[in-house]
Amino acid sequence: MIYTFSFRDVFAQFDTLLNGAVLTLQLSAITMVAGLVIGIVGALARSWGPLPVRLTAATYVEAIRNTPLLIQLFIVFFGLPGMGLRLDATPAAVAALSINLGAYATEIIRAGIQAIHKSQVEAGLALGLSRLQVFRYVVLFPALKVIYPALASQFILLMLATSVVSQISVPELFHTASVLQSRTFRDFEVYIVAAGMYLAMALIFRLAFALIHRWVFQR
Amino acid sequence: MIREVNSLDLLYLIMAARWTLALTAMAFVGGGLLGMIVLLLRVVPLRPLRWLAMGWIQAIQGTPLLAQLFVFFFGFAIFGYRVSPWVAAGVAFSIYASAFFAEIWRGCVEAVPRQQWEASAALGLGFGQQLRYVIVPQAFRISIPPTVGFLVQLVKNTSLASVIGFVELTREGQITTGATFRPFLVYGIVALLYFLICFPLSQWSQHLERRLNVAHSH
Repeated sequence: MIYTFSFRDVFAQFDTLLNGAVLTLQLSAITMVAGLVIGIVGALARSWGPLPVRLTAATYVEAIRNTPLLIQLFIVFFGLPGMGLRLDATPAAVAALSINLGAYATEIIRAGIQAIHKSQVEAGLALGLSRLQVFRYVVLFPALKVIYPALASQFILLMLATSVVSQISVPELFHTASVLQSRTFRDFEVYIVAAGMYLAMALIFRLAFALIHRWVFQR
Repeated sequence: MIREVNSLDLLYLIMAARWTLALTAMAFVGGGLLGMIVLLLRVVPLRPLRWLAMGWIQAIQGTPLLAQLFVFFFGFAIFGYRVSPWVAAGVAFSIYASAFFAEIWRGCVEAVPRQQWEASAALGLGFGQQLRYVIVPQAFRISIPPTVGFLVQLVKNTSLASVIGFVELTREGQITTGATFRPFLVYGIVALLYFLICFPLSQWSQHLERRLNVAHSH
């Protein structure tokens, strides 16, 4: 059997795919900011908090890192309404993605904090800074600098993982592709084009992270 | 009709976890073999082959696994093969894993000091002999902790195979939810089962890494 590829139907509705890609970028950006904040707070809690806080943070990290994102998403979207918390698809997706990324970010930033020499912290304390001030002015920035590459690649993995939220009908790129597939029956072509768009976004993010790195850390 | 969650459901979920493990094993073996080939192309001193391997890794690490699953699921149909979700998922996961294994193991090969290559070349070993007798034995030890770590990612990512109709733990959870309408409980159990598979692997990986670091700090 000879198959003739036809991308015409797909490109005729390329603007719907672009709209999906815009939502993917928005989801990724919001999640990255939220994940970074959760990660910084989580890493602080896990490294310097009192024992119960440390244990809570450790449980959070292990629970999230050892279960699939898809199941976390299902629990937030399908499970929480039974507990009295009903979220629409997009807020549920943002919540699940942020909780997920937050756990990975916590672990990555914690590794950065551990890489900061203890004498730095002691010097900060000796200067009369409070522990929080030491964290903010002495530890955080160098720690982020050390783990920046790991964090950046985790962020790109997260951007690709946003495709999973198509399973709860958030109209992002992958969901748009599925809709287009059922409309055109050009299964292969639709998903190849969508995959190409994800690849382009991954490269754009990588470039953006490299620029941010130069702008923030190499002055 | 909606019914309660009972112990039989739990049993079905545990049985479905076997297919999660089976798919992970397929991806591990298939991805491992393919990954070794990609790694070999990636380090061979021949530029076009290196570019080919780099392109392969970029394309796979830069696209979502979900898209790869669909491309392979429908891609087979194009060439006139109607494949089962088993074959589509097995092939897609092997290809996905190959790119990550190749990158992980490349890091391990590069962690072997440059002088080891030079010394073995000075002894008159060819490229294949260098790899086989000098580099691989050293890189292998370094590679175990991150390989086990990636295995955890694989177990979790097999949940996406549910989307193309592969009945594993997540799909079984969806089926049970459909019958009982207790999503919080059912997905909670599913999450717990994944945790029971992944947590020991994660801990093992960390333990191996610590031991390796101790061995290297002498």
